[in-house]
Amino acid sequence: MAEAITHSYLENTGRYKGILAWLTSTDHKRIGLMYMYAMMVFFIVGVLLGELMRLELFRPGQQFITAQTYNGVFTIHGIIMIFTVVIPGLAAVFGNFSMPLLIGAHDVAFPRLNLFSWYLYILGAAIALSSQFMGNGPPDTGWTFYAPYSIQTHTNVVAAVFGAFVLGFSSILTGLNFIVTIHRFRAPGMTFFRMPLFPWSLYATAWIQVLATPIVGITLLMVIAERWLRIGFFDPSLGGDPILYQHLFWIYSHPAVYIMILPAMGVITEIIPTFAQRRVFGYKAIALSSLAIALVGYFVWAHHMYTSGMSITARWVFSLLTFLVAVPSAIKVFNWVTTMYKGSIAVKPPFLFALGFIILFMIGGLTGLSLGSLATDIHVHDTAYVVAHFHYIVFGGVGFAFFAALHYWYPKMYGRMYNFKRANIAFIFMFVGFNLLYFPQFVLGLMGMPRRYFDYLPQFTLGEQISSIGGFILLVGIIIMLVNLFSRKGGKAPDNPWGGTTLEWSIPSPPPHENFDKLPVITGEPYDYE
Amino acid sequence: MFTEASNFAAGVDQAFKIIFGISIFILIGITTVMITFVVKYRRSKHPKAEQIKDNTILEITWTLIPLAIALLMFYYGYTAFRPQRDFPKDAMNVTVVSKMWAWSFVYPGDKESDVLVLPLNKAVILNLTSLDVIHSFYIPAFRQKEDCVPGKVNQMWFIPTMAGEFWVLCAEYCGMNHSYMEAKVKVVPESEYKAWINALPKKAAEPEGLTIIKKNACTGCHSIDGTKLVSTSFKGIYGKKSIVLTEGKEHTVTVDAAYINSSIFEPDKDIVKGLPKGVMKSYKGIVRDDEVSKIIEYLKSIK
Repeated sequence: MAEAITHSYLENTGRYKGILAWLTSTDHKRIGLMYMYAMMVFFIVGVLLGELMRLELFRPGQQFITAQTYNGVFTIHGIIMIFTVVIPGLAAVFGNFSMPLLIGAHDVAFPRLNLFSWYLYILGAAIALSSQFMGNGPPDTGWTFYAPYSIQTHTNVVAAVFGAFVLGFSSILTGLNFIVTIHRFRAPGMTFFRMPLFPWSLYATAWIQVLATPIVGITLLMVIAERWLRIGFFDPSLGGDPILYQHLFWIYSHPAVYIMILPAMGVITEIIPTFAQRRVFGYKAIALSSLAIALVGYFVWAHHMYTSGMSITARWVFSLLTFLVAVPSAIKVFNWVTTMYKGSIAVKPPFLFALGFIILFMIGGLTGLSLGSLATDIHVHDTAYVVAHFHYIVFGGVGFAFFAALHYWYPKMYGRMYNFKRANIAFIFMFVGFNLLYFPQFVLGLMGMPRRYFDYLPQFTLGEQISSIGGFILLVGIIIMLVNLFSRKGGKAPDNPWGGTTLEWSIPSPPPHENFDKLPVITGEPYDYE
Repeated sequence: MFTEASNFAAGVDQAFKIIFGISIFILIGITTVMITFVVKYRRSKHPKAEQIKDNTILEITWTLIPLAIALLMFYYGYTAFRPQRDFPKDAMNVTVVSKMWAWSFVYPGDKESDVLVLPLNKAVILNLTSLDVIHSFYIPAFRQKEDCVPGKVNQMWFIPTMAGEFWVLCAEYCGMNHSYMEAKVKVVPESEYKAWINALPKKAAEPEGLTIIKKNACTGCHSIDGTKLVSTSFKGIYGKKSIVLTEGKEHTVTVDAAYINSSIFEPDKDIVKGLPKGVMKSYKGIVRDDEVSKIIEYLKSIK
């Protein structure tokens, strides 16, 4: 028994060696890392596609790619980033790696299903990417696949749509696994209200994954059926209704934003108490606001459709609900800031990324208010303003939270530290670059620059150029960060490098295969620094 | 930069100012407090954290205040928007026809123009239509936008309050030349408008072949006036020699009935040199054979 515990999960003890030992592993920690490696590759591809667009947009007129290529590039950029990076994102990587550790479990409820989900993820991503190399050229619909354009274009829409469909199953199964794990596998004595807040946010997320994803799944199949069989669900020239597509698509895709952001909020809620050495302020409010966001988030989808010709009733109802969903997000921000009050704060890289997250998330959230409001949305709808807003949420929010989580749990994952100074330099480049990249796009949108434009009117040139320069500063930051993490020059990590109180810090770094030698018994609240 | 050129623009901008004003206040406020805490309670100065208990009254306060702010913002957005949906009874009507990738404007009396000329200070209702996919009719200077959805007619109305020329842009992604789908609104004094509309000729009955070409959006890539768009212009194309690639091999064909037929139904068989494969879809099952002969007749007529 004692012998087995000395092996970390990174060492191979099973039947297979090398990469096969990873590809057949049902260990939640290994699966978490496998998601992360795959996601890093997709992320880098997505970033490079983004930079390509920034280069093309540096000047008005055509620079070096054609309009058709550009449309293909923003489409696959969106598909990769949304479906293979930010939607699985924190839930797949840190939900797998950290959540069972945080709740004191040996693994998730269905380890083999968990591995199967990873294979579905890889398969779905591969199918989606195959759209670039097969059929009549890369899809050019945008990641939203709006009908009837997606029905009529000759490009390879089916592969992209089917890839997204398969990725959806990966998401549903992961959600199901997490719900059961959180219900059944919490350590003895860990009631729901003694559970750390990252698992809480994953729990809310998992319900959205399970309940909303099937809707986009069937919608995407309907697009395929319409393209192949000319059925006429969405294309009016076949007797369909294009507005129906938009409703079905956003019934999933708006809650999907909460699939992305809730785990990000959860991670931030773990990091702040640790580095402030203080119990989290308003534990119950944070836990319940996750559920509130998940619930109300279901009923706001048509705020993506204010200009589609909906009735005035639909417009004001969805506008009102959209404003209501802003409130629980605001509560979380107040709780995070108050948790810093009279703390003992160590500004280490994970905390720095968390601070960056809070600022960028606030900008993203507050700029969302004029998209929720009817009169103002009409002007900035489908403009660069929307592009800026959702990049602040999904990159400034989810992305920076992901990097915060990575710097936070990295010592636990690998049993090694990284160089703090370089991590801080990377953060500064990323934070400055990010704001230069996206902030001008708010202004461009207000000036009337529509989104998905290959070319633009001369008055938008200055904003586009600042944005492109920001894009390259951001890229430099990302490279510094990744090099720093992968060079592994930080020395051995202690079991509890940050002085955290949650269960993952009570076991060795890296953890043994079975996590806990003996299941911990929980007798109090999770953030007890007394 | 932020010209307010319609009766709604000032109201919309007012809503922006209220929302942005409150937002900037909140953003700066919270950021300042947060940075202050980080500096003031840094570990070197404040080595021992105080464990602060939850405070229900504080939490209720910071739930109710944001709720009130959110409702206030909703209210301003709603009241600035509501009149945009109350259509005046005596306004003039113009039909906006959108297709890949051009706008045209049909005035009462079946008069068509590619510039939207409007009389100053007169209410106008636009009936928004599309011949192919979804476009979005957007005049930034008017703060107005509404989608042109095929198969239905959406409406918008406004009163232009400033003379001048303003951009019409397409805000809903609609394919290759989406970013080039633009037009001008020209707001002029009423007398000038009247002179213009009277001089505007009635839409001539167009040859059937042209109608078919337009209906299938062929004109998105092939102009009929000799302009080079994506592909060869239709003007003078009949009887012309063209260099094409057939299975990768270059050779010259004469554009005749047989070639036109195969170009419509099997566009990838002979690809015009310089164009990528697959750029045109097959119109098999979309264009009928009798329509093809009408197209050919029309192409013969435009020399």
